[in-house]
Amino acid sequence: MQRNGEKKSGIFPLLKMINSNTKPNCLLNMEDTKELVRNYVIREYLEEGEDITYDSPLISSGYVDSFSMVSLLVFLENKFKIKIPPEKATPEAFDSVNKIVELVNKYINK
Amino acid sequence: MSAFGLYDERIRDFNWSIAEKELEYRDGNVINIGWYCSDRICLKGKAGKAALIYEGFGGIKKKYTFNDIRLAGNTIGNFLRELGINSEDRVCLFMDRIPELYLSFLGVLKIGAIVQPLFSAFGDESLFIRLENAQTRAIITQSKHLSKVRKIRDRLPYLEFIIIVDHISTRKLENGEIAFSLNDSTPVENLKIFPSVAESPSVLHYTSGTTGQPKGVKHVHYSLIAQYLTTKWVLDLQDNDIYWCTADPGWVTGTSYGIIGPWCLGVTQCVFDAGFSAQAWYKFIYDNKITVWYSAPTAIRSLMRAGDEIVREFDLTSLRHLASVGEPLNSEAVIWSIKMFGKPFHDTFWQTETGCIMITNFPGMKVKPGSMGKPFPGITGVVLDPKRFEPITEPGKIGLIAFRPGWPSMMRNYWNNEEKYKEKFVNGWYLSGDRATIDNEGYFWFIGRDDDVINTGGHLVSPFEVESALLEHPAVGESAVVAKPDEINMEVVKAFITLKQGFTPSPDLELEIMNFIRKKLSPLAMPQAVEFIDKLPKTRSGKIMRRLLHAKEWGEEIGDISTLEND
Repeated sequence: MQRNGEKKSGIFPLLKMINSNTKPNCLLNMEDTKELVRNYVIREYLEEGEDITYDSPLISSGYVDSFSMVSLLVFLENKFKIKIPPEKATPEAFDSVNKIVELVNKYINK
Repeated sequence: MSAFGLYDERIRDFNWSIAEKELEYRDGNVINIGWYCSDRICLKGKAGKAALIYEGFGGIKKKYTFNDIRLAGNTIGNFLRELGINSEDRVCLFMDRIPELYLSFLGVLKIGAIVQPLFSAFGDESLFIRLENAQTRAIITQSKHLSKVRKIRDRLPYLEFIIIVDHISTRKLENGEIAFSLNDSTPVENLKIFPSVAESPSVLHYTSGTTGQPKGVKHVHYSLIAQYLTTKWVLDLQDNDIYWCTADPGWVTGTSYGIIGPWCLGVTQCVFDAGFSAQAWYKFIYDNKITVWYSAPTAIRSLMRAGDEIVREFDLTSLRHLASVGEPLNSEAVIWSIKMFGKPFHDTFWQTETGCIMITNFPGMKVKPGSMGKPFPGITGVVLDPKRFEPITEPGKIGLIAFRPGWPSMMRNYWNNEEKYKEKFVNGWYLSGDRATIDNEGYFWFIGRDDDVINTGGHLVSPFEVESALLEHPAVGESAVVAKPDEINMEVVKAFITLKQGFTPSPDLELEIMNFIRKKLSPLAMPQAVEFIDKLPKTRSGKIMRRLLHAKEWGEEIGDISTLEND
């Protein structure tokens, strides 16, 4: 959570937080990226005592449903400063940590 | 040939006694949905017929005959009865779509208790609100959902029993928690079925409104009459069909047409509980040779997005009838289904409160893509002038969709909320809360909601409930929640938020707020967009003008802003 004393003003136009085009300032290697995504998924979507590997199905095992996928997408876009087109954010593309990282890499390297 | 026949003939000759006769029910008789869906089918000589074909996560497959579900219902009912569960006690089912969910539904009804199905993705606060309102006495759940129940247990003095169907013996149970395994129980051959009558309560589903907390919609065992006939005529289920309803029994479609409808007709139904992917869904249809498929526009649009090529990978020629529910089915989806499956999805319109399909495109009737269809025989459906509450006779004029009360599956009340129940009726009409037009051939065309309730993926979300939960986030000062248009889900939740002093907008805070609501309420209620603003538009009396924000999202005219508070 971020805190400071500044706030923007005005009702309209409403402020919309958009991602900047800047790339992440520290480049992670593949394993770090996988671990970062895996830890996020465990923390946010799994119940206590549950665990996953990089290959564990996420969507087709019910850990992440189609609505929750949106928050996972936002996490990836925030964390890696990328924009994934909606048509690419499919259940298949999000179905394991490995697949997610593969998708992320396509946009990080663009 | 469909069982429905010709619309005009059905309308002319219709009487609900058609269903009563076919179900061998006479006024004043015992009518127990649990018995009708299992014991009666066995007595009709179908004990060995498949009732439930289940596929879960990890490819787990199970199959139950009608005799299996009869015995399982008896066994669960007997277990609950021995615990001391009485008729009309509320028993919540809080499970994923595992077989125990479907079998418990029968068991609870068989002993005359009231089933309270709740969507298993609900967070602890959503669960609490509904259990507290219903004064639920027992909850049947899975180990994976136990932590949510434990979080709220102390605040629920009426909740005596927490029954876990997949308990692992190495985990410690707390007070009131009971392990129950169907596999380890001795099947109960004979259970004394509770002699429920037409007006005995059966199912309590919760639904959201614009204001106030979710309302418990009470249904009775006589609803079976309408659910039986609509399943037969609208979904066109016939004896040799293999049926798949994709809805979760946490919502009314999943019980009216995902349990009661097919089973009271003795039809085999399939359940797929392994998430959504186009490939997996098509494979499921292919593997099980599904003939009748009842799904939702959100799913259909997601399948459309997955592309046409993937459809062609599977032989789906077993499909003979398709139907859709939850939100208006756009014409593109109907046209796409004709192209891909050789037949249209038939839109059906109804609500938690109506308990059965009210307006639909019938099998064999001309389908107008994008239209809701026509009222079911025996249902008087109109659009009302929003000021006079009189039926509009002029074709194409927008009005409120309303029905003349009295059909068998109409809700009997909102649980402990007589005031809200009364608000649903004006001039002798039940007000659906939706707006539509009727064309010169009598087809209804959906326009939109008449209130601020958000219909996301076919599920109603209350802006009030989300706004209340948002206030519990330490950074949120005020919020206004509205529907945002969405290509797949029709609408999604969007939150406009003012922050408390000391907090500043950031993408991380946006995500944090999204996850906060997802866990507290449910993934459906999670804002898929958060917009931080300095000040919410309000009337001079301080009421948030949600309609201005809604108009902005939908690109509509803002309208009268004379009451808008000045800076």
